[in-house]
Amino acid sequence: MAITAFLTDATICIGCKACEVACKEWNEVPEDGYVWSGLSYDNTKSLGASTWRHVLFLEQPLAAGPQLADTSDPFRWVFLSDVCKHCANAGCLEACPTGSIVRTEFGGVFVQKDVCNGCGYCVVSCPFGVIDKRYHDDGRAFKCTFCYDRQKVGLMPACATACPTESIQFGDMAELKERGKNRVAELKERGYGDARLYDPTETSVGGVHAISVILGEPEAYNLPPAPQVPTSYLKSAWTSAFVSAAILLAVVLAAFAIRL
Amino acid sequence: MTTASKTKPKATEARLGEIRESARREAPPPPPDIAVKTAVGALDPSETGYYGLPLLKPPTWTWEVPLYFFLGGISGVSACIAFAAQVFDAPTNLIRFALWVGLIGASICPLLLISDLGRPARFLNMLRVFKWRSPMSMGSWILVGFSGCVFVAVVGIELVARGYTHPAIVTVLWLGEAAAALTGLLLASYTGVLIGATAIPVWHENRKLLPAHFLTSGLGCAAGILELAGFLVPATQILGFAASGIETVIEILLTLRKGVADGPLHRGVSGKTLLMAGILEGPVALLIRIVWHAETWGRYTAAVCFLVGALMSRYAWIWAGRESSHDTKTLFALQRGR
Repeated sequence: MAITAFLTDATICIGCKACEVACKEWNEVPEDGYVWSGLSYDNTKSLGASTWRHVLFLEQPLAAGPQLADTSDPFRWVFLSDVCKHCANAGCLEACPTGSIVRTEFGGVFVQKDVCNGCGYCVVSCPFGVIDKRYHDDGRAFKCTFCYDRQKVGLMPACATACPTESIQFGDMAELKERGKNRVAELKERGYGDARLYDPTETSVGGVHAISVILGEPEAYNLPPAPQVPTSYLKSAWTSAFVSAAILLAVVLAAFAIRL
Repeated sequence: MTTASKTKPKATEARLGEIRESARREAPPPPPDIAVKTAVGALDPSETGYYGLPLLKPPTWTWEVPLYFFLGGISGVSACIAFAAQVFDAPTNLIRFALWVGLIGASICPLLLISDLGRPARFLNMLRVFKWRSPMSMGSWILVGFSGCVFVAVVGIELVARGYTHPAIVTVLWLGEAAAALTGLLLASYTGVLIGATAIPVWHENRKLLPAHFLTSGLGCAAGILELAGFLVPATQILGFAASGIETVIEILLTLRKGVADGPLHRGVSGKTLLMAGILEGPVALLIRIVWHAETWGRYTAAVCFLVGALMSRYAWIWAGRESSHDTKTLFALQRGR
């Protein structure tokens, strides 16, 4: 089975949110609140239990980028459709105590909702802040399924299918990574000096199945610059636990030995 | 959610096409040729992130979880104390009481954890798999193992106390006690690993300190409960001294060290609670023990101070995690090595 990925290109996105709508309709995701945030056109603010695609609207006092130039107040409006990264070393999957979260044959990370018991450990284990619990009405954890049902029958995920500009591309991971690199090179040539590919392969996360072409620092998109999978902290934490436990056992034994 | 699926047909390929076409139709015309300039007046996204919104999700745990950390620590170390008491022939009543504390704690703990679940009816799913790499999975198995061992030990000691001293019963008692001591130590310390191995900066940056701190807390509490129950033997006094002494050192360390991610340990509600907790567990309990070591009320007061401090500290650590999950600036600084 082919290992698949998303390549989301912020320089092509027009901020139409068709991906959000398609995702909600296809996956029957509940509404995520009809609240005006006042943050540009972004009213969902972040990915979450009921927001599996999230279009960011960046307003920056920068001139490089898609905008009408020759203005005295430099301004650029950048859109990016963010999604679960489907990490190679996924914090949520490693943390899940029930085995509800599994790796699919396409390389995606999938939550089996008939198994999840809502312990919430995946929520604090995701270095991207993606997966969350639906609190009041459900109690289980939810996130993007990578449209596992659609991929199973050879269809593209709903968001990529509905994207009118091909800002969301879907396909073979190796091919998309190549395409992303070429796109960044092309953008740089055209003067977009701060174009870059967001693909954290150098960290303990070990690469992701949702890479993005972005303008500027990843921080501006609330993308962690060097995400770490929390299992990388296990060794030192358990070592401390075992050493402390051994010392404590010795202290307790000594306390009763001294009595005699 | 479910109502929508009942009233509306499932989205189809045609519908997805419709969404795409309407988005295309309603999109503004592409801008005319763009004259690209170099970036000027760049914002510093390492300060603001995306509109200052949190990157991480806050812990979802409710009040039951810190209370579980507290009770689990007491039960685990209590069983360990029972084992040491058995090894050095302490009074049977002390051993019995300590084991009962372990068993009662081990009975309440699962109730707290189940009540925190989003789907309590599915609590048995915790035992569906055994995952070394998930502290939550290991914790579930540790709790189950501890409960079994401490139950065996309690049955054993009750039989022995009633004069049934058949060698088989005594052997089972010893095995149960030893196993309960070992699993109890894990129960009292793994909670530090549980929060230490997460994406929350203030927790993972303190991952080495947390298991030691939680164990010490459990020790002081277990010894304190024995003292309050009237076991004013030298051993519980020594353990009380040791626990509040180590907590004093930890408190000094935390105050002086000022780690990059330690903000929530010093500021706000979590910081203030943790400071008060640390002072109660550490210097206050220690001083009371030093000055009034010969007085019964002195030992009682020290024990109560330590227990209250330890309970506050568990809540403070969870609150600190919540604060830390909102602190995107610190997360960026940590990841950029600044």
